[in-house]
Amino acid sequence: MKKNLVISVLMTIATTILLGIIYPLVVTGLAQVFFKDKANGQLIVKNGQVVGSRIIGQGFTGPAYFHSRPSNAGTGYDAANSNGSQLGPTNHALIDRVKADVATNQADNPGQPVPVDLVTSSASGLDPHITPAAAEFQIPRVARERGISPQELQQLITRHTEGRQLGFLGEPRVNVLELNLELDQRFPMRKQAEAR
Amino acid sequence: MDLYSALQYALFVAIVTALLLPLGGYLERVFSRKPTALDRLCLPLERLIYRITKVDPEIEMASTEYTMCFVFFGLAGTLLLYLILRLQTFLPWFFPQYHTTPMTANLAMNTAISFSTTTTWQAYGGENTMSYFSQMAGLCAQNFLAGAAGLAIGIAFIRGLARQCSETIGNFWVDLTRALLWVLLPGALIGAALLVWQGVPMNFHDYAVATSVEHSRQVIAQGPVAALEVIKNLGTNGGGFFNANGAHPYENPTPLTNFLEMLAIALLPAALTNTFGRMVGRPRQGWMLYGVMVVLFALGLLFVHSSEQRGNPLLGGVHTGLSQSGGNMEGKEVRFGIGGSTLTAVVTSNTSTGSNNAMHDSFTSLGGMVLLVNFLLGELVFGGLGTGMVSMVMAAAIAVFLAGLMVGRTPEYLGKKIGPTENKMVMLYALAAPLLVLPLTAIAVSSRVGLSGLTTNTGPHGFTEILFAYASCFANNGQSFAGLSANTVLYNLTTALAMMAGRFGLAIPALAFAGLFARQKTTPTSSGTLPTDSLSFGVLLTASLVTVTALSYLPALALGPVLERLVFGG
Repeated sequence: MKKNLVISVLMTIATTILLGIIYPLVVTGLAQVFFKDKANGQLIVKNGQVVGSRIIGQGFTGPAYFHSRPSNAGTGYDAANSNGSQLGPTNHALIDRVKADVATNQADNPGQPVPVDLVTSSASGLDPHITPAAAEFQIPRVARERGISPQELQQLITRHTEGRQLGFLGEPRVNVLELNLELDQRFPMRKQAEAR
Repeated sequence: MDLYSALQYALFVAIVTALLLPLGGYLERVFSRKPTALDRLCLPLERLIYRITKVDPEIEMASTEYTMCFVFFGLAGTLLLYLILRLQTFLPWFFPQYHTTPMTANLAMNTAISFSTTTTWQAYGGENTMSYFSQMAGLCAQNFLAGAAGLAIGIAFIRGLARQCSETIGNFWVDLTRALLWVLLPGALIGAALLVWQGVPMNFHDYAVATSVEHSRQVIAQGPVAALEVIKNLGTNGGGFFNANGAHPYENPTPLTNFLEMLAIALLPAALTNTFGRMVGRPRQGWMLYGVMVVLFALGLLFVHSSEQRGNPLLGGVHTGLSQSGGNMEGKEVRFGIGGSTLTAVVTSNTSTGSNNAMHDSFTSLGGMVLLVNFLLGELVFGGLGTGMVSMVMAAAIAVFLAGLMVGRTPEYLGKKIGPTENKMVMLYALAAPLLVLPLTAIAVSSRVGLSGLTTNTGPHGFTEILFAYASCFANNGQSFAGLSANTVLYNLTTALAMMAGRFGLAIPALAFAGLFARQKTTPTSSGTLPTDSLSFGVLLTASLVTVTALSYLPALALGPVLERLVFGG
């Protein structure tokens, strides 16, 4: 009994050093050598400044941008406080929130039903994507605000639509941050719109 | 069901099934100490570990000593993790501006027990609580250690069933070391490489500070994610690096990582059915148990998928300007959709693994109920690494006993008698869950401190949150209906109790049962023997599982998800 007690302590310490210290350092070393960008979180740097990560969602409120999904990470897209709403399906806070968001979105694009991902908050609160339908739903507003044709936006969305992985895994999706970054690059907002 | 989801589910089962034979054979060779391809790398390491820890690998243990080593090892791990957590402010990679949740004594105790029992219930959010040092030397290491200890239990249990006239069931330290070096470490290295390739970060940098397109400040948590991500799944632990766990884009960036992580969870526990068949010398027995698993798994997928795809009727439909063709997307990620979220929900809830990629609290009431039922069935569809195999065989023992009662013969399994003592162990194993989960739930819902945890949802859904928490902790699963504010003294203490009972309280009767079986001599099959590898026994086993679970929990389920569905319609 005493022998096994001693072994259990020694075993815990020895294996913790191997698997809790050596193993992560080896993986870090390999990751930093072979996949440097991905191992470091795929940060996007513009003019020497980090503007976000390619795979972490970002909030957009301006009408000239495509909007991301509602977020419950911190006060919204707080990438140091990931979280979902945790609201149950029958919770009135959920039902009221969704109905209000549906009404707001409907005002932008009357007559079209709002795609559900645009008014439901994601699990992480950091979902970088929306569905192609949710992006297309926002075309009339963005086109109006930027003074460009809906066709040009449609093309932009099509180009940013990622298909199912390996042809069958996951859902088609649009990366909102990358879409908006290209939007700003190709169709910069007019001065007065920016001031507004 | 859409074609793509169906294809994803079918391919998942096909891959798990295809790898059953090679993996099952490999595990059998590793734990029988037969030569394997990895010996050149692993044998020297193994010898080194035995030298440091003064283990004599040739000693065999009786089931009592084996159990004792398992418990000691679990307690030593708990103690070390507790110390690391409590001292994390003095250890490297602690960022006081971000790691703001205080590591109180009861939170550290709860977390230490949680990780050393493979539960990985998390009453905290990773990125605002745990330093990188705690994540690696504390949690990542425990993911390996507790996972390997569970696998050792499963192997020793199988040995007990396989041996005849034997007083011993193996050496815990040897099984543990071999599980770590031959199984988990190589698997983790391969998996970590795949995950980083797909975009899971692996660095020790400070949190990145970004200035967003609309000029606001966004702090982006970083960390050594990939190393932990792979072993949390491979060891069927499931505790996330970040608060959002497998839903966080850094933990699970693509649909492919999701699929691979689910394979990492299910492959080994499923392959153990084949190892079992080989070791007891009756491969068909293993296939029968695997068949029952696949049937229950498919039923789970079907129910959850249809329930989530239908959407939430309370949110309105096209007539109110909302298109719910995407399904119930509250608490789900676009890249996974309903298919990927369903696969993960059903795999994780069946395998003692808490790594959810969607917020199960926001599932429809019936979708969420399926996950709860998976815990209550006993985590035996693939199940936890090693422990799932034990639970499945114990369920088979109940079915054999019921059949024995019906035909009036002494129940036999694998040519050995399930006598009164064996049966007591089976009953202890089966009754522990309802005897603990239901009273704890009752205490929490009838006390003010318990109810004060319902900060997000109330009513029947709040009841489900509490029942889900205790069922999850006892099942050593660890996922939660996270609307429950569980970082309080009451919940930290009671969930820790449930986790300990679900781990050690079940290992004791299980290994005692194995020890009793090891002593018996196999009797030859006669015309009066109930065949336990037939289709009809599979049906009997499934039916008895469902019946026993329903008898224990139907009233509780009626108060939670059933009521929510019937009265409120969600």
